Amino acid sequence: MAVVTSAGGPDEVGGALISAPQPGGHRRRPHTVARPNYLAGAFALIWLAIVLAPVYVLVKGSLQNQAQYTASGPLSVPGRLTTANFALVFQQGFLHFFLNTAIITVAVVAIVVALVPPLAFAIVRNRSALVTVAFRVILLGLAVPIVAVIVPIFYLISKAGFYDTLPAVILPTAAFSIPLSTVVMTGSMRDITTDMYEAMAIDGASSWRIFRSLVLPLSRGGLATVIIFSALNAWNGFLFPLILTQSAGVRVFTLGLYDFTTANAVDAPAVCAAVVLSVVPILVVYLLARRALIRGLMGVGGK
Amino acid sequence: MTTLTPRGRTGRNSGGARIGRPSFLWSMPAITFFALFAIVPLGVVAWLSFNSWDAIGSPHWVGTANWSAMFSDPVFLKSFRITALLTALGIVTQTPVSLLIGVWAAGPQRNRAVLSALYFIPLLMSSLAISVVWVSLLNPYFGLPHELHAVFGAGLFNDGFLFSSPTTAIGVLTFVGMWQWTPFHTLIYQGGARAIPDVLYQAAAIDGAGRVRQFFHITLPQLRNTMMTSVVLMLVGGLTTFDTILVLTQGQPGTSTTSAAYYMYTKAFQSFQFGNASVIAVVLAVFTTLLSLIVVRVSGWDRMRSTQEGI
Repeated sequence: MAVVTSAGGPDEVGGALISAPQPGGHRRRPHTVARPNYLAGAFALIWLAIVLAPVYVLVKGSLQNQAQYTASGPLSVPGRLTTANFALVFQQGFLHFFLNTAIITVAVVAIVVALVPPLAFAIVRNRSALVTVAFRVILLGLAVPIVAVIVPIFYLISKAGFYDTLPAVILPTAAFSIPLSTVVMTGSMRDITTDMYEAMAIDGASSWRIFRSLVLPLSRGGLATVIIFSALNAWNGFLFPLILTQSAGVRVFTLGLYDFTTANAVDAPAVCAAVVLSVVPILVVYLLARRALIRGLMGVGGK
Repeated sequence: MTTLTPRGRTGRNSGGARIGRPSFLWSMPAITFFALFAIVPLGVVAWLSFNSWDAIGSPHWVGTANWSAMFSDPVFLKSFRITALLTALGIVTQTPVSLLIGVWAAGPQRNRAVLSALYFIPLLMSSLAISVVWVSLLNPYFGLPHELHAVFGAGLFNDGFLFSSPTTAIGVLTFVGMWQWTPFHTLIYQGGARAIPDVLYQAAAIDGAGRVRQFFHITLPQLRNTMMTSVVLMLVGGLTTFDTILVLTQGQPGTSTTSAAYYMYTKAFQSFQFGNASVIAVVLAVFTTLLSLIVVRVSGWDRMRSTQEGI
């Protein structure tokens, strides 16, 4: 509920919803319009600088050679730029790691999209005690820390013979995306009014038809959020690959980055290049689907 | 009669109330899948904590041996103190920053969209990538401590060798945690602050309350639940911090940054004492489950019925 109704993303805020304060048009917070909060603004800017400094070093460092970086320091203004670092990173098999990560991400999203909407539909429209209990279990799962279950998951995955395969990473990653995805999906399905459900029910529509032609189309926003959120989770996942895979053939990007850093700790520009490469795909998604992403992240906070 | 219950499916309810409602089966695939990977493991880890297992043979029952071994292990007890310290430092440093920026960002400033978009960059990066970046940035020989030697060499920061003294190592973990998580909590506060009704501020302004008084008498009390949610999420996150420690400090110097989660990892995957590791995991799971119960209560996520449902 809170997730979807929470007044959109920051892009929306700066845009149409509450656009730049018109003088006299006291639509929101007249007190702030009258007197901008310079102190808080200055503080926000300082924090922004702290956030952006490493980002600058990252991008700049990835384009410098090692001698230059070491000589002039991380914050300096770059001289000659080079793409050699990226070439080096690709030589270390990162293209393959990319592919593995992409396969895992797609598979995780597919599992979550197949499982969560029916569950959310049942939670919103079925009132039996069983479903209530199921929902509470899922909510409890919101805070089951991955760290606390890696040992048994390692045990179970080894027993099942999945150790060192892509499914070993896919299955638990997908499972741990279910709780928050369920919270988001039930939120957007509850926004569908009872009248609509009733109208279709009176026409004799089956639950499958209601699900397909009413629930799914009207909860598209929530579904987009779920897709982005679980994709981000899968893409950035580190703990499951670290514990459940071993060989280079199934290595994911984060794990490759970890190994690369351990082996090339001194080569800061190459490390920067590897990190930049890992962020670029997410950045693209961020630019394409900013609102859904922010909503997904905001969703964790509840109200 | 027949017109009132046209389908005649149920005796108790009118047709419309029952038809088209999904059965319990709709929830089964997701629940089964989730239980298999999240609930069953919780049982398995409890069972493993009473077994000895080295990842090669089969586990064998050793009773409470692991538990007594761990509770007489000074590193185990210390690791929970360190976890508590890191968590507390995280809450104390992240809350004021994210509260202030969140409330500010909820206001109507110009350019806020651009600023907000930039704030979120840390959220897009994996915690592994973040740790890798900071480890490189804080390298004493070619990182910031070297470039800004005037600041880092002044004695306060262990001559720039941040990772070799317990105090500065904990400081680094706290700072990187701030860098990583402040944007997320800022978002939470921004959402919370935006939900505060304007009328309250208008009334306060009419009564002559200044900005500071408005903040303490309206904004803060109104954000009570938001703050509760944010703090509990910080607690759960702090208790289970792992990747940052793995990359930044490896629990060093000595064991002075060995958190419970990291100690569990080394016990399991470096010493192959899975029984002992399971004890740590059980203790962590108990703590976080208690906290999750609070989060569910506070956030209202467990309220099954929306007001729209009618009944």
